[in-house]
Amino acid sequence: MSAVADTHAQDHHHGPASGISRWLLTTNHKDIGTMYLIFSFTMFLLGGTMAMVIRAELFQPGLQIVQPEFFNQMTTMHGLIMVFGAVMPAFVGLANWMIPLMIGAPDMALPRMNNWSFWLLPCAFLILVSTLFMEGGAPNFGWTFYAPLSTTYGPPSTTFFIFAIHIMGVSSIMGAINVIATVLNMRAPGMTLMKMPMFVWTWLITAFLLIAVMPVLAGVVTMMLMDINFGTSFFNAAGGGDPVLFQHVFWFFGHPEVYIMILPAFGAISHIIPAFSRKRLFGYASMVYAVGAIALLSFLVWAHHMFTVGVPVAGQLFFMYATLLIAVPTGVKVFNWVATMFRGSLTFEAPMLFAIAFVILFSIGGFSGLMLAIAPADFQYHDTYFVVAHFHYVLVPGAIFGIFASAYFWLPKWTGHMYDETLAKTHFWLSFIGMNLAFFPMHFLGLAGMPRRIPDYALQFADFNMVSSVGAFMFGSTQLLFLLIVVKCARGGEKAPANPWDGAEGLSGKYPHRRPTTPFPLPQK
Amino acid sequence: MRVHAQRAGALLGGLSFPALSFADWTVNMTPGVTGTSNDIFDLHMTIFWICVAIGVVVFGIMFWSIFAHRKSQGAKPANFHENTLVEVLWTLIPLVILVIMAIPATATLVDMYDTTESDIDIKVTGYQWKWQYEYINEDFGYFSNLTTPADQISNRQTKGENYLLEVDNPMVIPVGKKVRFLLTANDVIHSWWVPDFGVKKDAIPGFINEAWTRVDVPGTYRGQCTELCGKNHGFMPVVVKAVPEEEYNTWVADQKAAAEKERELTEKDWTMEELMARGEKAYALNCAACHQADGSGAPPAFPALKGGAIATGEMAAHIDIVVNGKSGTAMQAFGGQLNEADLAAIITYERNAWGNKVGDMVTPKEIFDYKNQQ
Amino acid sequence: MAEQPAHKPAPPRSNARVIRWCLAGVVGMFAFGFALVPLYDVFCDITGINGKTSGRYESTEASAVDMNRTVKVQFLAQNGPDMPWVFRPVLRSVEVHPGEATTVNFYAENPTDRDMVGQAVPSLSPSEGTLYFHKTECFCFNQQPLAAGQNTKMPLVFIVDQDLPSHITKLTLSYTLYDQGEPQVALTNTTIIDNG
Repeated sequence: MSAVADTHAQDHHHGPASGISRWLLTTNHKDIGTMYLIFSFTMFLLGGTMAMVIRAELFQPGLQIVQPEFFNQMTTMHGLIMVFGAVMPAFVGLANWMIPLMIGAPDMALPRMNNWSFWLLPCAFLILVSTLFMEGGAPNFGWTFYAPLSTTYGPPSTTFFIFAIHIMGVSSIMGAINVIATVLNMRAPGMTLMKMPMFVWTWLITAFLLIAVMPVLAGVVTMMLMDINFGTSFFNAAGGGDPVLFQHVFWFFGHPEVYIMILPAFGAISHIIPAFSRKRLFGYASMVYAVGAIALLSFLVWAHHMFTVGVPVAGQLFFMYATLLIAVPTGVKVFNWVATMFRGSLTFEAPMLFAIAFVILFSIGGFSGLMLAIAPADFQYHDTYFVVAHFHYVLVPGAIFGIFASAYFWLPKWTGHMYDETLAKTHFWLSFIGMNLAFFPMHFLGLAGMPRRIPDYALQFADFNMVSSVGAFMFGSTQLLFLLIVVKCARGGEKAPANPWDGAEGLSGKYPHRRPTTPFPLPQK
Repeated sequence: MRVHAQRAGALLGGLSFPALSFADWTVNMTPGVTGTSNDIFDLHMTIFWICVAIGVVVFGIMFWSIFAHRKSQGAKPANFHENTLVEVLWTLIPLVILVIMAIPATATLVDMYDTTESDIDIKVTGYQWKWQYEYINEDFGYFSNLTTPADQISNRQTKGENYLLEVDNPMVIPVGKKVRFLLTANDVIHSWWVPDFGVKKDAIPGFINEAWTRVDVPGTYRGQCTELCGKNHGFMPVVVKAVPEEEYNTWVADQKAAAEKERELTEKDWTMEELMARGEKAYALNCAACHQADGSGAPPAFPALKGGAIATGEMAAHIDIVVNGKSGTAMQAFGGQLNEADLAAIITYERNAWGNKVGDMVTPKEIFDYKNQQ
Repeated sequence: MAEQPAHKPAPPRSNARVIRWCLAGVVGMFAFGFALVPLYDVFCDITGINGKTSGRYESTEASAVDMNRTVKVQFLAQNGPDMPWVFRPVLRSVEVHPGEATTVNFYAENPTDRDMVGQAVPSLSPSEGTLYFHKTECFCFNQQPLAAGQNTKMPLVFIVDQDLPSHITKLTLSYTLYDQGEPQVALTNTTIIDNG
């Protein structure tokens, strides 16, 4: 994508600086969006490499490649990097690129803060990744870092982990404030809220979720920090604290967090399916209300992650019912997408393939979520590979496929070139097969009784683990193809027409591509 | 999916390892052996088939669109984009389906919280990385450790049938009786799970949780710790033997006699050879997980004992660290976990194995006195 | 650049105002995260969900004893990590009538050669019963100092409320004893009972 930077730098007399300082100091929403996306993909490959280590160790029973200590560091870092380093920044990148274009704004509302919120991220992840090389190793307590394993029994690097989380949190919050300010203040005349594109809507709601829960995450890691370094006892039973309190506060953040990772994908998919169905999105208003309902309900369901800690019956029933209720708005969204496709005029370019896979596979993840919501059954599923299968089905074909679909959909807009459709379709099919091969057998493993986060397993789990590892290697290596496709597309290729997808709607299709600076004329100084 | 997986697996399995002949292709939860686990299984299947039915309808319509409404087939897009009736219907119908799901789920949940009087109470305490079972009405208890040899884990030996799911002292319960588990933990949160019972409950330090079961079929049931609890989380299995009541009563009597015998062991005069032999076994069970079978440890968290300052230094300091642990580290106080004979044997073994040649020994009696005279 | 001169009429809201509101939200939610700690305690006191029994019970009126009903109260004791004390209930369980005050003792012994302080943390199961279990006197209200080699019997006086739901027939009270380090002042032997 660096071609964007190089070619057009001189076209504008108030254009950006050249060289490295262009990227360090840029306040252009497109440059920052590009940097977010590149950063996200880098983290995706890093987190993916860790997943490969995990799957390689689990290829056969017995300990072959890594020791249990390091295995735990890998599972922890894989989770943290994928959630905070790959998925969230990718959506911020898409927001930076597309929200101003979609609402007809010249840039984000707070461009300098935008620059700052990006550059905090590499700092945070430099700190997080450096813990791997510290005495005692990286965090090894899972991405959920339950106390007291992460406090009293955590490695010395835990303090650095907390610091990294704080910086990421600040970055996310600034990004969210920027989105809110942009959407509320900078819409083109005539664009009322209920006329906003779905991606803008979902991001606006996501931004509010971020503002609501990232401070809670900051709070919980601050309490950990105090427990570890300043002798408080928030989570330490010996001093009158309660380890279960940690889980309540963490999941108060954690459940909305999973919607933060999926709502923007809902938005993007709501553009792509209509575009390739050549038909307007079905039920726009109900889509908006459904996203709002999902966001509100996400604050009332956190304890469904904690059914086994000893929540009393009344509590379990409340959280079970609230969780089941989320299926209603989510169902509405899926039905609307299917209704959009119904009696359309469908073509199946790469973005559409990813979008269709998104709807089907995300629904499968939703179904297993429904099963997990049933409290008594959750006693059997909890902390087994069934849960691992569930959240990978929601996040890989959900968030990650949503990002791929968006990338292919908007690459012509970003680079001015069409991507290589054949390679992109190959990327899709290899990812699709690899992903299902990797994660579908995990359902069986969980139901057969394999706990999650174990480096070695009993022999009856051997076969499906091997299948799963093969699928994971396939999915992992396929992602290098995506890198090739994007680089190829950025460096040249068939020129993209002003509106590359004939069914696409919205402001972003109405002006030419490849303008490194603002698409709308600024008033003369 | 299953067929494909079977073919792929058969191919791979055939190519590789003999150990895989134990493996199977179980794709579903097992109904288990208790009322609760059967209820959960039924619930699981009900929800599963409801999901399948919804999936067939929704994906059916979707695939039909994909098939029939392709541009390449000359499909012209229709123009509708909302329909209030349809939208209200597909909000309400799922709501009804959810209520249908919630009713049996609620009933099962209430059953699981039955608080009627139990026949046997067993206290289950999670430690890094073993379980302690205490029969609180019978005044005896013991630790349950993984017995899979390190050589099997590191692939130097063929893996046994119950690889990673075998322990030295399983929990023993009588069939047909209501057994109540009181769960807590010593260090971090653990979770005690036996899939066949449908019992999974977190063991939380400082807090007590309870769960219960009534097993109808005698047998040996295996599970694992299901809450990440550190390095050896994958190596703390749960094994429960359900036996007929008479057998259970005999077993309880034996346990009480064994506790008595243990006290005698303490009094007995031990030779160096006896201590070393007992020490090697006890070390493998209690110490090797961290300090390794060859005493090399895993520094810095788990120091080497081979040539180590403690194991080759003052006897008193060595006894102190084994009995009382070292606070702020993973080294636990084993004084309360092991009997005097094992403590003496382990300490003697550590001082005289792997090329450590201190040459001295400590007897169970001395450990007993040490514990009581500190 | 913080405020973009608009190519359209003045924006409905200024960026500064949006930022102010968002920051207020952030600060508020951060505070809320911490407020969850006391809120959780209050919530637990009201509902008893985590099994943590509350502090000293001040009875306002002498309660009637329900002689027709007995409840079994079972006692458990365990040590926290690295706590070398001997710690056990003197009685494994007692049968009580709801409403009557009962005294039981826990035995503790410090076998080490240093003065130590312990703190017992109570927990009750089933947690539903927490609201109906009142302690009028408990060693867990205070830290317990114990000199090297000494032992003690620590009293607990409790009342089971008559309103205890009828389906609960057994309450299990568990104490976990944690090492709190060295005592602040030198210990005297006045509170210590001799062996036996």
